[in-house]
Amino acid sequence: MASSNPELEDDDQEAVRRPYSMLPEPHASAGRDGGQRKLRFYGHGMPYLKDLEVKGHLIVIEGPDASGRSTHTQTIQAKLEADGHAVLGTGLKRSELISEGIIEAKGNLGVGKRTLSLFYAADFADQLENKIIPALEAGYVVLADRYIYTLMARNNVRGIERRWSRSLFGFTPVPDLIFYLDVKPEELVHRVFQKNSILDYYESGMDIGLSDDMYKSFLIYQGKMAKEFEKMKKLFGLQFIDGNRAIDQVDADLQARIDAFLNRQR
Amino acid sequence: MDQTKRGGNGGVGRRRTVARTGAGTGARRMRTEGAWDPAAGRLIAVEGVDGSGKSTQLHLLEQWLRHQNLKVFKTEWNSSETVKEITSRGKKKGLLTPTTFSLLHATDFADRYERNILPLLEAGYFVLADRYIFTAYARDIVRGCHPAWVRKIYSYAAKPDITLYFRVPVDVAVSRILAGRPKLKYYEAGMDMNLSNDPYESYRIFQGRIVEQYESMLESEGLVAIDANRGIEEQQVEVRARVAKLFGDRETGPLTTGPLKEHGQQ
Repeated sequence: MASSNPELEDDDQEAVRRPYSMLPEPHASAGRDGGQRKLRFYGHGMPYLKDLEVKGHLIVIEGPDASGRSTHTQTIQAKLEADGHAVLGTGLKRSELISEGIIEAKGNLGVGKRTLSLFYAADFADQLENKIIPALEAGYVVLADRYIYTLMARNNVRGIERRWSRSLFGFTPVPDLIFYLDVKPEELVHRVFQKNSILDYYESGMDIGLSDDMYKSFLIYQGKMAKEFEKMKKLFGLQFIDGNRAIDQVDADLQARIDAFLNRQR
Repeated sequence: MDQTKRGGNGGVGRRRTVARTGAGTGARRMRTEGAWDPAAGRLIAVEGVDGSGKSTQLHLLEQWLRHQNLKVFKTEWNSSETVKEITSRGKKKGLLTPTTFSLLHATDFADRYERNILPLLEAGYFVLADRYIFTAYARDIVRGCHPAWVRKIYSYAAKPDITLYFRVPVDVAVSRILAGRPKLKYYEAGMDMNLSNDPYESYRIFQGRIVEQYESMLESEGLVAIDANRGIEEQQVEVRARVAKLFGDRETGPLTTGPLKEHGQQ
């Protein structure tokens, strides 16, 4: 359609979106998906996408940086694929659209909290519509390395009204499973040092002036974030996973819960 | 009511109050009619479809205010340096969905609000907004976002002291824009909504729907309709007269000079 329009700018010629083209056929899991279900959203959803039917499942793993989240996500993806599931891994700041922009905005300390929050929401919405929802429709298990809960917790810690954040993320689907890797800030800080030897500015909450001392700021900030997750636990049905244990133990715990869930769906 | 004579000279006896509007950062000093308070910022917004002449009117208003040695700041829709580049990248790639389109514009607005609009209002500036939250309401709702969701996103923003809606028959506005056979951009023409394969036809339909949205919110949002089907100078006299009401008991300069003054007063 667009290609026959000389009035449109050159860049616009490629404007037709083909969300499915990014995904291979999920033949591995074909034939044993559960029935189609209507996709449920937290709020108003995206009214222009009417009556979305999905076959896949959305599993979220939340947790602070250095909680082992990404490692576990990878291990779980490998295991699920070995079991014959088609899996799509996704995470924050990975959208085609604006991930670069987010980094620029972070480097620019003049950016306000509401601006950053909307920026992350836009990035997330892009992945949702272009990757996550198409994959769910096609019967994938979508494994999300963080979801809206981190974004809402960050907002709340920075003084943005809870109700505003909740409404903002009303366009997001309700996951089937949500895990939170619960690691004590005191333990977390050592894992960060083992990994990077420096603390990240934002992950230490340095932008909100908790302490001039970065180490102290990190502990306070991560403590506040953990409290936010505690508050969200019941409301959103987060399963807290004790992340202070050895990696294998945490892995086994997560795998067992995911297997149990997926077996129930057959 | 002879509002055009010369700055509403305090006819209304209401005292200024310090009021809070919106939530969170939306708090600011609000003025009511009465005594002039140089420390209370004034927020003036113009709205209307492309080709309604609103930018021309805002420019003339800006000149008038500056001529009176008032502190003026003008801000335009979709103009944040931080966000603009990223937004236009997404637009060029044709990657935006109604939700991401909405959120990127919300990010742009938030950046301008947090950095400019709010601090300048607090500093007592006349902040002139060429398009404000009502543009987002109209466009995003036409694109299929949920009205309550869109409104909540902008709920933190201060409501303007006055919003002038430049009302013009949609055919007139569209003809003005299309007269030069411009190269319409993909989203500008509303091509993402599949209204028509012809960009010009799509643009017409899209603009018509935007007008419907504006008309439906005139009363509920308190927009002041200005008949934009008149001469530029005639409209400007009315604009200045309406803005002069925000001056309380401060004298305003003449609304215009020359023969137009009488013309505007009739």
